Amino acid sequence: RTKTQNFCRNEYNLTGLCNRSSCPLANSQYATIREEKGRCYLYMKTIERAPFPRWLWERVLLSKNYEKALEEIDENLIYWPRFIRHKCKQRFTKITQYLIRIRKLTLKRQRKLVPLRRKIERREKRREEKALIAAQLDNAIEKELLERLKQDTYGDIYNFPIHAFDKALEQQDAESESESDAEKEEEDEEDADKREFVEADDSELSDFEDMDKLETSSEEEEEEVEQNVNRSKSKGKTPLKGPARRKRPYIEIEYEEETEPATRTKTA
Amino acid sequence: APPKAIPKTIENQRVYDETTVDPNDEEVAFDEATDEFAPYFNRQTVPKILITTSDRPRGRTVRFCEQLSTVIPNSHVYYRRGLALKRIIPQCIARDFTDLMVINEDRNVPNGLVLSHLPDGPTAHFRLSSVRLRKEIKRKGKEPTEHVPEVILNNFTTRLGHSIGRMFASLFPHDPQFTGRQVATFHNQRDYIFFRFHRYIFKSEKKVGIQELGPRFTLKLRSLQRGTFDSKFGEYEWIHKRREMDTSRRKFHL
Repeated sequence: RTKTQNFCRNEYNLTGLCNRSSCPLANSQYATIREEKGRCYLYMKTIERAPFPRWLWERVLLSKNYEKALEEIDENLIYWPRFIRHKCKQRFTKITQYLIRIRKLTLKRQRKLVPLRRKIERREKRREEKALIAAQLDNAIEKELLERLKQDTYGDIYNFPIHAFDKALEQQDAESESESDAEKEEEDEEDADKREFVEADDSELSDFEDMDKLETSSEEEEEEVEQNVNRSKSKGKTPLKGPARRKRPYIEIEYEEETEPATRTKTA
Repeated sequence: APPKAIPKTIENQRVYDETTVDPNDEEVAFDEATDEFAPYFNRQTVPKILITTSDRPRGRTVRFCEQLSTVIPNSHVYYRRGLALKRIIPQCIARDFTDLMVINEDRNVPNGLVLSHLPDGPTAHFRLSSVRLRKEIKRKGKEPTEHVPEVILNNFTTRLGHSIGRMFASLFPHDPQFTGRQVATFHNQRDYIFFRFHRYIFKSEKKVGIQELGPRFTLKLRSLQRGTFDSKFGEYEWIHKRREMDTSRRKFHL
């Protein structure tokens, strides 16, 4: 419905709008153009046939040639009111134009619309999510890469000296053992370390310089390896654990200081 | 106390597929030596890939195409202004392309992928879902460089999966440049193929770190055709028939 006019639902309507002048029911002398299967017909209705609804509409086939068809309309609707003639010709023009377009489009590629089924789509989406969780992609990729490294597909690009490799292995084993213990124990140890360190500080202030020297010589390697390992851990794991992990080196270094003299005295 | 039972997962309970490939299977090895990918695996052809879309690609699809072309070396993106696929295939063959990828889109989002190996090779039609462009991935890596990445194909067990896996492998040049340290992964899990593109770094002998760069998407195979793309007369090797194949939760085909 437009603002000023309604649409007419009658199939024999000429313009499509509901007016007194374009209603096939209101006018007893009326003509329309309709097309069936690509051919256009001119339908006419006259007063004489009004009581016979069966023969009310008279059908004339129009030629396929555009100009000839226009002439045919003219000669059939001769002596008819100008309005109906004009509108018939307009309608005929429009119809032929859209028929041409249909024929052109069918030659080109048509887009086939395949309807999605909502239930199936939801099912697939859910399954995909579950598959993603089951896949554990990052782990799988890391494993595969390590496998390839072991099988020497990379050749000699990555040089890991065996000494460092063994040390790294030991570090890993030591750390895995210490990690496998409950974290509470580690926390206790840290607290104990703190306490110990404070006490030691008070008593061994004189030996602190010696301690430094001891530190620099033997502890560098261990520190670095520790820190590297810790940093790598912190990168590999979630950032949440990052700062918590970073606190470790500081405390662990202190721990190392404690054990250094102990082991030395034992060996000595 | 009873010993701890192994939890039942869908992978454990998977219905045994009779087309599972045995690594020592001679028939399979013979087939693979003589099928359409033989020239690639014998290093006779260098892959050259044409990426295109359906009509009127929208921004997201265009960007996805561009990112794909950076991930896959030796690939070119060409737009399609109403060109029929049947006509561009002979042209591609004439210009020495080995593979053709068509990304289908729907409502501004890419949702289908047709991958066809060109000199009369198999055509695979996938459903593309969960596409993440590079800026949507939470990472801080740079864009992929021009180095040839490595390829990881996980979990392609059945015959069908094997052929699809080889199809993916044939997209990438055979000799990866390890200095690039990039790896493209196609991981099959329960008939969904997840694609990821990472940069890896070995921190020690036992530790590797990976950083995700590049787009990610998931594929689900819809059909596999023997020849090049032809919707009406093609000879289908495998179609996903929903009624028959989706009945069991533990049965997978790839």
